[in-house]
Amino acid sequence: MRYHTPTSFQEAARLAAASGGLLRYLAGGTDVLVQMRAGMVQPDELIDLKHIPGVFDISRNADGGWRIGVAVPGRVLGAHEALCGDWPGVVEGMNLVGSTQVQGRATLTGNLCNGSPAADSVPGLVAAGATVTITGPDGSREVPVEAIPTGPGRTVLKKGELISAITLPPRGAHGGDAYLRFIPRTEMDIAVVGAAVNVTLDGDRIAKARVALGAVAPTVLLVEAAAKAIVGSTLDEAALDRLAAASSAAAKPISDKRGTVEFRVDVVGVLARRAAKIAYDRAKGMSK
Amino acid sequence: MKKVHVTTTVNGDPVEFLADPRETLLDCLRNHLDLTGTKEGCGTGDCGACSVTLDGTLVCSCLVLGVEAEGKKVETIEGMASEGELHPLQRQFIEHAALQCGFCTPGILVAAKSLLEQNPDPSESEIRFWLAGNLCRCTGYDKIVRAVQDAAAEMRGAA
Repeated sequence: MRYHTPTSFQEAARLAAASGGLLRYLAGGTDVLVQMRAGMVQPDELIDLKHIPGVFDISRNADGGWRIGVAVPGRVLGAHEALCGDWPGVVEGMNLVGSTQVQGRATLTGNLCNGSPAADSVPGLVAAGATVTITGPDGSREVPVEAIPTGPGRTVLKKGELISAITLPPRGAHGGDAYLRFIPRTEMDIAVVGAAVNVTLDGDRIAKARVALGAVAPTVLLVEAAAKAIVGSTLDEAALDRLAAASSAAAKPISDKRGTVEFRVDVVGVLARRAAKIAYDRAKGMSK
Repeated sequence: MKKVHVTTTVNGDPVEFLADPRETLLDCLRNHLDLTGTKEGCGTGDCGACSVTLDGTLVCSCLVLGVEAEGKKVETIEGMASEGELHPLQRQFIEHAALQCGFCTPGILVAAKSLLEQNPDPSESEIRFWLAGNLCRCTGYDKIVRAVQDAAAEMRGAA
């Protein structure tokens, strides 16, 4: 295995495009090193992205949105007060990943590119309308987060392409988001079901909403029908019932050791309701 | 496999070693630097026995490559006692019998020290959440939590 430490994303993309063998990118390493140890992946080339300037930065864009570097670990996201104030649902999803030790290394970009349908940080990013910059040998393009995973362990990224930053849109006034997951214990587990809701209010009414569901399909789902179910409402019981029904209807899970199809379909509705209430209260400034 | 020359700082001492780029920091500490206080439990980041700090951040050394330590500051259990004097956490672990087989202990001590550096007065719940990635199969954790609480109190000068 050759270990590379490029100092620009263009250089990383060129290295990757020129590589003939199996290649992995290294940021936090909390998935890659486990796969290497298990013998699942024996890379010929390992490209460490942490020598590229800016990869550890969280910066506010001119429009009020955020740019998050690909090596920013969960611990740093969680300690960033202004980011947590704007996008608490995104941060709480990432902060559910693993232990204190894992939080010291694991990144949003890694969680996304690992391609797990149960990735805890991805529904929050999708609900937020986050985009990623993909850099390849021929330049860069901006892609919505929901377009990245194509199936368990698979992404849309082609040979020579890599994610060079995550962008969160401006929060704007009267907005809130939240992420909830179900696990059979209190901590340190993989989501059986996850749900993220992001709302923007006009007075008491929901003007805009995005709902994203995790671990109930081969990829994280952006569910427009679930968002439509609450837009225009004050999140009354009838709207919550519609939200739960639309979320359950969109779920196409499998049965495995973590949960059955029936359980996941039911619980995704419950979590969507609860996450929507938290997001709504946050938008109202009633909770953090 | 071409080896990589790594220069880093471990417990305040400048060190260098030749690493196969596939070797973890844990392997490098144990096999190249003979610092065997850091233990390998699972090797996959689940058990915390290999906990060290890297530039002040608590990490599992099994999830860090040795080559990533280049130019960084690594702190291990060997750096915890100073001048032959045990750290208050180490003394309280003995006082409370907060270990049995002892295999998880170095990792838990390093993790607890990292907690107290940023939160000198953690609640029981904060201690339990912070140490959730450090598995102990002997003690049932109660003695560990009490030892950390008493060490924290001692370090605050409250004991």
